[in-house]
Amino acid sequence: MTSSSKRLSLFSGSIVRRAALDSLLKLNPAKMVRNPVMFVVEVGSVLTTVLLFTAPAHMHGAFRFDLQITLWLWFTVIFANFAEAMAEGRGKAQADALRRAKSETTANRITGKGIEEVPSSQLRAGDKVQVVAGQMIPGDGEVIEGVASVDESAITGESAPVIREAGGDRSAVTGGTRVLSDVIIVEITSNPGETFLDRMIALVEGAERQKTPNEIALNILLAGLTIVFLLATVTLQPFAMYSGAPQTVFVLVSLLVCLIPTTIGGLLSAIGIAGMDRLVQHNVLATSGRAVEAAGDVNTLLLDKTGTITLGNRQAAEFVPAPNISEERLADAAQLSSLPDETPEGRSIVVLAKERYGLRGRELSHTNAHFVPFSATTRMSGIDLDGRSIRKGAADAIARYLKEHDESMPIEVSAVVEQVARSGGTPLVVAENGSALGVIHLKDVVKGGMKERFQELRKMGIRTVMITGDNPLTAAAIAREAGVDDFLAEAKPKDKMDLIRREQAEGKLVAMTGDGTNDAPALAQADVGVAMNTGTQAAKEAGNMVDLDSNPTKLIEIVAIGKQLLMTRGALTTFSIANDVAKYFAIIPAMFAGAFPVLAALNIMHLHTPRSAILSAVIFNALIIIALIPLSLKGVKYRPVSAADLLQRNLLIYGVGGVIIPFIGIKLIDLAITAIGLA
Amino acid sequence: MTLNGWLQIAVFFGLVLLLTKPMGSYMTRVFERRRTWLDPVLVPCEKLLYKLTGVNPDQEMRWTAYATSMLVFSAVTLVLTYVIERVQQYLPFNPQHLGAVAPDLAWNTAISFTTNTNWQSYTPETTMSYLTQMLGLATHNFWSGAVGIALAVAFIRGIARKEARTLGNFWVDLTRAMLWVLLPICIVYSLALVSQGVVQNFHHYDTAQLVEPQTQSVTGADGKTTTTTVTTQTIAQGPVASQEAIKMLGTNGGGFFNANSAHPFENPTPLSNLLEMLSIFLIPAGLTATLGQMTKSPRHGWAVFGAMTLLWFVGVLTCYWAEAQPNPLYHGVNQQVSRLQPGGNMEGKEVRFGIANSALFATVTTDASCGAVNAMHDSFMPLGGMVPMVNIMLGEIVFGGVGAGMYGMLIFVIVSVFIAGLMVGRTPEYLGKKIQAYDVQLSMLYLLIFPTVILTFSAISVLSSMGLSALTNHGPHGLSEILYAYTSSAGNNGSAFAGLSANTHWYNISLGLTMFMGRFLMIIPMLAVAGNLAGKKIVPASAGTFPVTTPLFSVLLVSVILILGALTFFPALSLGPILEHLLLQAGHTF
Repeated sequence: MTSSSKRLSLFSGSIVRRAALDSLLKLNPAKMVRNPVMFVVEVGSVLTTVLLFTAPAHMHGAFRFDLQITLWLWFTVIFANFAEAMAEGRGKAQADALRRAKSETTANRITGKGIEEVPSSQLRAGDKVQVVAGQMIPGDGEVIEGVASVDESAITGESAPVIREAGGDRSAVTGGTRVLSDVIIVEITSNPGETFLDRMIALVEGAERQKTPNEIALNILLAGLTIVFLLATVTLQPFAMYSGAPQTVFVLVSLLVCLIPTTIGGLLSAIGIAGMDRLVQHNVLATSGRAVEAAGDVNTLLLDKTGTITLGNRQAAEFVPAPNISEERLADAAQLSSLPDETPEGRSIVVLAKERYGLRGRELSHTNAHFVPFSATTRMSGIDLDGRSIRKGAADAIARYLKEHDESMPIEVSAVVEQVARSGGTPLVVAENGSALGVIHLKDVVKGGMKERFQELRKMGIRTVMITGDNPLTAAAIAREAGVDDFLAEAKPKDKMDLIRREQAEGKLVAMTGDGTNDAPALAQADVGVAMNTGTQAAKEAGNMVDLDSNPTKLIEIVAIGKQLLMTRGALTTFSIANDVAKYFAIIPAMFAGAFPVLAALNIMHLHTPRSAILSAVIFNALIIIALIPLSLKGVKYRPVSAADLLQRNLLIYGVGGVIIPFIGIKLIDLAITAIGLA
Repeated sequence: MTLNGWLQIAVFFGLVLLLTKPMGSYMTRVFERRRTWLDPVLVPCEKLLYKLTGVNPDQEMRWTAYATSMLVFSAVTLVLTYVIERVQQYLPFNPQHLGAVAPDLAWNTAISFTTNTNWQSYTPETTMSYLTQMLGLATHNFWSGAVGIALAVAFIRGIARKEARTLGNFWVDLTRAMLWVLLPICIVYSLALVSQGVVQNFHHYDTAQLVEPQTQSVTGADGKTTTTTVTTQTIAQGPVASQEAIKMLGTNGGGFFNANSAHPFENPTPLSNLLEMLSIFLIPAGLTATLGQMTKSPRHGWAVFGAMTLLWFVGVLTCYWAEAQPNPLYHGVNQQVSRLQPGGNMEGKEVRFGIANSALFATVTTDASCGAVNAMHDSFMPLGGMVPMVNIMLGEIVFGGVGAGMYGMLIFVIVSVFIAGLMVGRTPEYLGKKIQAYDVQLSMLYLLIFPTVILTFSAISVLSSMGLSALTNHGPHGLSEILYAYTSSAGNNGSAFAGLSANTHWYNISLGLTMFMGRFLMIIPMLAVAGNLAGKKIVPASAGTFPVTTPLFSVLLVSVILILGALTFFPALSLGPILEHLLLQAGHTF
């Protein structure tokens, strides 16, 4: 993955400068009203600003104090805007990086009269273009003629070229990638600025960002809390008047702003944008924030066996010799027969022989070796040299070969064959000069660390289901070895679809990856459908995410990113609400200490003066937003443990911590502003 | 605080704990229409009732129909009670020949009993005839209690059901709550109360000669002092035991007499006192077990029970501590009379109950929305009096009113799950139901109505002469009295800081409105949430599911309740009881 090169430092200079400007532009009330909590703060700031200059003297405390309050209220709004602008700025930077891949090129458009050169920006959906080796593909499209190797590193970061050919599941090409060999004719599928990538990049930038369902719900909660505190503050004035201690508007607005959940209110959209951003850093583009949220909720992961759980090919794992044959002899014969065999299985036999028995590769060209390639009729391959005739193949093929030599398969070898097959492996029998030497055990090799990852997923309550075309016996063996919870054997696209429907009917959310056109319905049905960028256009359109690296294992990271997004939101909401306790103990005694000196008993922080207490609370409330920007952009630390453990841990940090930290913070600010004489 | 006091509190709680599961299991059977041992007697009655009223018991209702039926039922019974009060002089069972109740008082009282508040702006023994007490008020004690239970059951069904459109049938739930739950218990319970000396008759009031004539001096508004000597006492009586039972069991709290459960004819002995406190918590505590059983998560029921217990204990501890302290005004005086009478604040308390049982009663009656009192909350120490007030302000969800406490608590559960649920990395789920925008919106509406009503009316009252003129105390205690009145009404509690002379046009009307809004405006969003929850899929539980069955969840729930409640009311409280407490320590009283 090349994400390290794309990853931005948290506060890079240009982004901060641009965000600082944006945070002022965002003060536009028409935009602020989208965020009810911060809108209330802005209204409060306007109110105190107006009163600062127009109110009669009796409505003031001290001008210096009122001025400071007013300034800090404005800072609160600006800091919240800054958080959002920072997240957007980072998104834009990511988008720019992606866009650079889409530089302007010339296209060879095929018209009725022949081929004409046009700028790629003039291509429309339906145009056909010819792309020859060395040229950039001018836009997203489908290969309709020819086959070519294409360098997609500009988009995926993967340097190995991929094959693109007309028809089938490998026909989609992406604008901005380069053809390395051959000639293809591509039919353009989208208009300029409307390509799939264009749309996804726009989402990353936040231009088309819509609130996600959970964000809307959270906003309602925050708006509700804001109304409760507005009510508590507004009705406090009558009670204060009854008690003979009326308050100035500056103090009341301070109380209100400190109580309403400005911390989460100010950081909420930054958290959402940053979640999308983290996906992009993993080279995954999502069609909506909703998909990222759904990823956190996933209950069942459908994982294709090949490429996701196992390495792509079977590999030799073991040599099991026939009776009276040494393992070395079997290994030697197996290696010899496989030396010219360029299939991955053949190579793996050579590797195993070398690792296990120290048999080095031998140069065969000087000998009069004759390689017998695999053929569909014999279903064997092998080598003839120096009078030795070695064959390897499936058990039934070798049995036939032995019969030709009037030999039969030893019963022990047959038993091994059966045992290997039952364990999910593929047995290859090796015979030399008409007698069986033993069995090579080929097996699917589960990728390193997968078992641990499935274990982690299980702890988080996520069930993994392996999808494979293998027969149930083989599938069960691999499933056991990989540690998945369930498997779907001999799976056809329809079976996959049925499985998704069944899970969803039980109320579960399902995530899957896919790349073929026949995956498209299932990708669309799944709650999180991650299409491989190498897949067809249909697959990409059907899913709600595209993995530019085309790495199916990434589904697990996508789930983690979704969870991290939700956890960050929850943690900061809890923190924000818990903060209020300390703010009350700062402000309430300060408000009434003048009229009722006994209320100083509630001043448990021993803040210096009533004014320094109120000012400290307001300053803390503003600064905590800035202090939490890194956390909201990076997300809270995510660990794969059970919900009960996560809750306990996060409640301790953000709940209990949220109660304690402001007591310390406000006290420190009080000491500071008293020391420098601000209050 | 004495060991004896603590033991009595412990015995009370031990009995609640013992009764919770049997009571809850019984109610589960009743509302799931499974067999119970009372069926042979009650099923024919039930069938007859449905036949007479034309109710089809198998017809399920959506939340809207459920709410409409509930509102129609409440409206009809409200009007009925208003009419009875207004024409009681023409009706039988009126040995004292009491006249018609004034319109604003009759309205206030009708709403008060319909909403399960039982706020009493009147003195019952001089205002209400026996018939009005029985037919107008006691029946309402049954009905409003049964309505509350039905609503709670409907809400629980909303959580338990999967992709359903309906919440049950209101008329069936109402009927079964009456026939299977309230009536049988009340019959036995009334007799138990009679055995302790609670009266039950239709006699004319007795007049008794005082052993020691009392001289009273009253200074009138004109400044003249008039002295009267009282030689006789009128002893009010009536069908008390039958009303007393449902008053407690239905968490209604409206006393047959003005002195409520402090009156020896309502609550004569320590045993009757224990029974009365137990009967307040019996159904609400049982409903936590019902919740667990109907949602197939008994441990969740116990987690909710645990959260309630924690809040109850903090309340009773604070109240008992505050009342048991030596009065700071008698500085340096040894206030301990004996080991069992160890001093502390005995003003407004019955000697036969003492401090521990008065503090416990005050806590229990306001944890639930009962509002019956066996001591005068107005006479409590400032912090002792703050406990009942805070209990109500938190929404009376500590076991709470019959049914109302359960659905109020469940709204808090939903909000808690929503706030903290995200922290496990999933969109919040409550017992497999995803909590989404609509649920949050209506839950917040439910939680908003309550403080809005209390704080707005209190603010108007402290600024206006019509509000202030009824105050008999000034300063922070006056503020507490006004705040308590609206809190008690909005919470449908009905207890009072008696220092407020609330039988005025302003208070009768505004408190009546408060009670109405505190009940019905909150029920509608609550039922909407239930209806919406019922329609959702249930995500199967896994290791990734937000745990609602652990002690940690109980603590979380308590924290959310305390923080939300405290944040809303702390400013007002700091100028009321907290300020009064601090001033009292400095030697000022009000």
